[in-house]
Order: sequence, then C-alpha cells, then structure tokens
Amino acid sequence: MRLPEPVLTSHVKEPYAYTLDNYLKRGGYAAMRKALALAPEAIVEQVKQSGLRGRGGAGFPTGMKWSFVPKDNPKPKYLCVNADESEPGTFKDHLLMERNPHLLLEGCVIACRAFGAKAAYIYIRGEFYHVQRVLEEQLEEAYARGLLGRDILGSGQDCDIYVHRGAGAYEAGEESALLESLEGKRAQPRLRPPFPAVVGLYGCPTIINNVESICNVPLILDRGPEWYASIGPEKNQGPKLYCISGHVARPGVYETSMDVTLRELIYDFAGGMKDGRQFKAIIPGGSSVNVLTEASLDAQASFDGLVKVGSMLGSAAIMVMDETTDMVWLADNLISFYRHESCGKCTPCREGSDWLHKLLQKILRGEGAARDLELLLSVANNIGGKTLCPFGDAMIPSVLSTLQHFRDEYEHYIREGRSKLPRAPWLPSAAAAAHSH
Amino acid sequence: MSFHPKMPYGTPQWHKSGRKLAEEGPPFAFTAENREKLARIIARYPPDRRRSALLPALYIVQEQQGYVSGHAMAHVAEVIGCTRAEVEDVVSYYVMFFTQPVGTYVLQVCHTLSCALNGAGRVSEALCQHLGVKPGETTADGMFTVMEMECLGACDRAPVVMINNEHWHECQSAEDVPALVAGLREKGLASLSGCVHKKE
Ligand SMILES: Cc1cc2nc3c(=O)[nH]c(=O)nc-3n(C[C@H](O)[C@H](O)[C@H](O)COP(=O)(O)O)c2cc1C
Ligand code: SF4
Ligand code: FES
Repeated sequence: MRLPEPVLTSHVKEPYAYTLDNYLKRGGYAAMRKALALAPEAIVEQVKQSGLRGRGGAGFPTGMKWSFVPKDNPKPKYLCVNADESEPGTFKDHLLMERNPHLLLEGCVIACRAFGAKAAYIYIRGEFYHVQRVLEEQLEEAYARGLLGRDILGSGQDCDIYVHRGAGAYEAGEESALLESLEGKRAQPRLRPPFPAVVGLYGCPTIINNVESICNVPLILDRGPEWYASIGPEKNQGPKLYCISGHVARPGVYETSMDVTLRELIYDFAGGMKDGRQFKAIIPGGSSVNVLTEASLDAQASFDGLVKVGSMLGSAAIMVMDETTDMVWLADNLISFYRHESCGKCTPCREGSDWLHKLLQKILRGEGAARDLELLLSVANNIGGKTLCPFGDAMIPSVLSTLQHFRDEYEHYIREGRSKLPRAPWLPSAAAAAHSH
Repeated sequence: MSFHPKMPYGTPQWHKSGRKLAEEGPPFAFTAENREKLARIIARYPPDRRRSALLPALYIVQEQQGYVSGHAMAHVAEVIGCTRAEVEDVVSYYVMFFTQPVGTYVLQVCHTLSCALNGAGRVSEALCQHLGVKPGETTADGMFTVMEMECLGACDRAPVVMINNEHWHECQSAEDVPALVAGLREKGLASLSGCVHKKE
C-alpha cells in the first residue's frame, strides 16, 4: 500500500510543532505508555514483525540488531542515536529533530526498554547547534513532566537521554567511529568483531541507530506492526523520508513509501527540473552510491529496487543534476569531499583519495593523458574492499559510475583539453575555482 | 643518537611532516562559570569516563577565547584528566576547532555537491572578492574570515553559509553577498536569516 499521508512529518510545517504540548495533543507518548506495559522481548518482536530496516544507510533490520544485545551481560547497555547526518545530500534527520523532537525522544525510551538500556546518547553533528538547542530544551520539558528519567510514569523503567555534540567529521557517522568520538577521541573506526552490540560504548553492549530508524519505532507500537508492514513493498516497508536536492524546482524532504519511483520523486514531489532545463543524472542515495541516468528513472526507490539497477538507497539523499553538469567536475567535487574527510587510519583510503583527486584535477586542467583513465580505475579498484571501514567503498562510486555512464566526457577532456560542455552558469569563474581545494 | 649515519636527522629537510604545533597563546583558565558548566556536562558520563567531555570542554574554550590555544589544551587536559597530547590529537582532527585566532565572523560556505550545483562556488568567489581575501584568510580589520566547508545537512536550502559554527544563513546567491556583509557589520548576528525558529 502507498502511504496515504505523511506520518513522521505530518505536522512539521505547523508553528511550534516541536513543543511537548503540541506533541501530546497529537497523541504523543501513547506508544511509550504501551511499550512500558510490554515485556522487552515483546517490543523487539513487534519491531521485527514490522519489517523496519535501518534508515542510516545499510538497511539492516532494526529488530534483529536489537536482539544481538546479550541478555546475560551484567554491564550497562547503551543506545547511541546517530544524528551525525553528514552524508552529502542528506537532511531528513535535521527536519525530524528540529520539528518533531519528541518523536525521537519517545522512540529512544521504547528502544532502551527493548534491549535493556538505561541511557541514550544522541550524537549530533556539531553544525546542528540550533537543532541541539531545540532538543535540549524539549528534553528538559520531558524530564519535568516525568516522561524521562527515573521510574518513568511509575513503570519502574529508567531512561536518561543526553545530547552529545560532534565537531565536524563525516567519519563520526560510521558507527564505531561515533563511539570513539563519544569517548573523547578522534572519530576513527574500530576493528570488528567484536561488534558494538557486544562491545560498544565504554566496552559495554551498545546499539547504534539512525534518527529516522528510532522515529519509526513509536509508529510501530502505536499503530501496530501489521499496519507498518502493509505500507510499501515487501521487505521495504514503512514510511520513508526522501531528501531531494540539486537541480530540482522544489528541493526538500518528502515522505512516502518505498513503492515510489525515482521519476515520481523528481517530477511529482520535487516539482520537476529547475529553470526548465533537461535532466541528466541522479545520485539516488547520498554521495556514496552509483550515479544513474534517465534509463533508471522508473526504478523503485527502495533498498532492493535500487540495488537492481546498480545503485543503492543509502540515506535516501537524492541529488539531481541537469544538462549543465559536467560529470568529471562532479566526480572531483565528491572526491574532494572524501579526501577531506578520510580519517587517515588506513592507507588505501587516505592516500587513494588524494591520488584520485590529483588525477581528476589533472584531467580537469586539460593535462590528462589517455592512460589516466585506466589509472583512475586502477586506483579506485585498489581502494574498494581494501579498507578498514566502508568509507573506502563509499568513495569510489562517484568515479566508477561517472566513468561508466559518461566516459565520453572524460575522453573529451583528454582529447581537447577542455570540457565537452559550456561553463555552467552556476560555477564560479575559472580563476576562482582554481584557488579552492 | 645512533640511527643511520647519513640521515639528516633534526633538520627541516628530514622533518617533512606538515604538522604544526598549536601556538601557546596567552595563559588560559576556565572562568568559574564555565568551570561549573563543564562540571554539569561531565556528570552526563560515567564517573570514570570524564574524557567523553573533551569535545564539550573544547567548545567552551572556544566560546571563552575564540580559538583553542596550546595553553588552553594543557588546561583542558588537566581538568579532564588526560594528557595534553591526547587533547591535541583531538583538536587537530575535528574541523570545528580553530587553532588560531579567527575573525569576529567566520563565514563558512558549503561547497559540496548540492550547494555547488546551486552556485556555492559563485558565493565564495563573491565573498572573497568583496572582502579582498582568499579562502582561509581573515580581513585586515579582523572582522571576517572566509572558509569553505563540506555538506552541512541542509542541501534543500542551498547554498548554505554557516557563521561562527552556530548561525546559519540559507539560500544565498552571489548577488546577496554585499547585503550579507553589510548586515553583519551593522547589526551583527541579528541580521542573519537563521533557522525556522527565528521566524516563529
Ligand atoms: C563513512 C560512514 C558515514 C556514515 N554516516 C552516517 C550518518 O551520518 N548517519 C547515520 O545514521 N548513519 C551513518 N552511517 C551508517 C552507520 O555506520 C550505521 O550503520 C547506522 O547509523 C546504523 O543505523 P540504522 O541501523 O538505524 O540504519 C555511516 C557509515 C559510514 C561507513
Ligand atoms: S576507510 Fe578511510 S575513513 Fe575508514 S578507517 Fe580507513 S582511512 Fe579511515
Ligand atoms: S551540499 Fe551544502 S548543505 Fe548539503
């Protein structure tokens, strides 16, 4: 079934949608009351039945993840909410936390009860200071009404929630790097196993979930797992937020179910292309996935639907490019991001990102040779699958998929020493561009 | 030393690392008020995990002093109970800590894909021309520093400019730049469009 109307973002445009009073008026915290009367195992079971898959990027089933927390471990258990939201093109958690913060807080309490945690840390990216202020203000409100803290509503359940501010590092979104950062260290990943569900924050069992994943939990408890599972295609169930940006008329966050196609998202939800220009390419899941072309626009924008056409849903960050976009420039824009954000712990990623950047810059300057394209491929393929964390695999799609679909643009640079396209109206002058990076 | 006889140890030629140690800066200690604020934050973590409060402590330093100096790092290490090397390690990793004094207003223009597709490059170019600086530099009067930064998580409001790590200005164009700068000069942070709450 197509989601009939938004449920996660239904009220976000209303004034003061974020206050506790308004949330309670909308029936807020009813799901938490239900959960407090349930045994923890029953909550995990409902989340499993709902089919909820993690919204942070990998689409891992949330209920199953929770069941990995060992029951006999005497150590405290933790929930860490991943609010780092730094995958380029992603801005859905931003909206949820800014406009519907109590949905997240309610979800945290339910999740904590489900796997036996008494404390949750919301790790929020440093740039979301205004969002953090909203969250902390609303946390205080919830504490004041006895919805958080000790013995919540007389249920015997304790749950403390803290907000922890990051300081500008994409890699802090990787779950084990997030834990390192929360412990006051550099955001560099840990070797796994052991997995965080067993040895996580402070060496204790820890579940890391994305903001949107946790925000889905109250819906499951409130409306029932059957309702949840009836939304969208099989194995890709539930409401989903899509972040649409780039060359579209109405960029923004749109909520629907995963039976939607990329074409519908661009033309029905985001109002089509900006300034009447022609569509050229789409990145359907954040900067870490393969670029697709017109031929794939009728693919279902779901975890499985996008894998079928050779890309991924990732964080559902849809970036749309029109005919003025030079795809070699695009590859370099994204590689510059990865080069800047590589945590430096392993060589293929740290050095490889720099090599890719240098090669692309050389091609963009018109100094590329034919063998540089093979070299690009070879460097990329020596990063993929050879790094400590998935960052390495996340970096190369921008190069590999632009080479696959737009090889003629690369070749034009090599042959003619300049772009196949006229300089785009939105780019700075060539002189200013040479200064940056 | 008994390493290799022909290696020029200790000379700049041998010491190739681009790493710069932080400047010591003026003497630093938290104000009593900030010390209390930090104590409240430390209480959010288990008692034997004070180091978790390192990022918050560094933010407080930056609030108090505008940047994080070597002296401040030593002080933070003492308060948190870790080594100064550990603090430096962290400061040098995260981009939101400034290790040198910066302008009153640090204008950080997002230049990742969605912003770039909507003219972020032209916004930085216009800012730099208008202020007569290059990215990373501060104006002679110490008012403005221009920087480029990576995706801010607000790509629907592209291009985005973040001011001083805390304040946002959205949907910019190169043509808006003179008004942005004039607004900051005259009315300070109050001139920014900010986020939704400001409007409510
Ligand atoms: C380099 C890198 C960056 C990531 N950034 C984020 C992020 O910003 N937010 C997020 O929720 N997950 C991010 N992830 C995914 C997390 O590691 C983790 O899988 C996710 O938070 C799990 O939550 P979920 O099961 O609810 O999806 C990132 C992963 C990698 C490898
Ligand atoms: S792949 Fe990159 S980000 Fe991940 S651990 Fe290695 S260097 Fe760090
Ligand atoms: S690309 Fe600029 S905010 Fe995301």
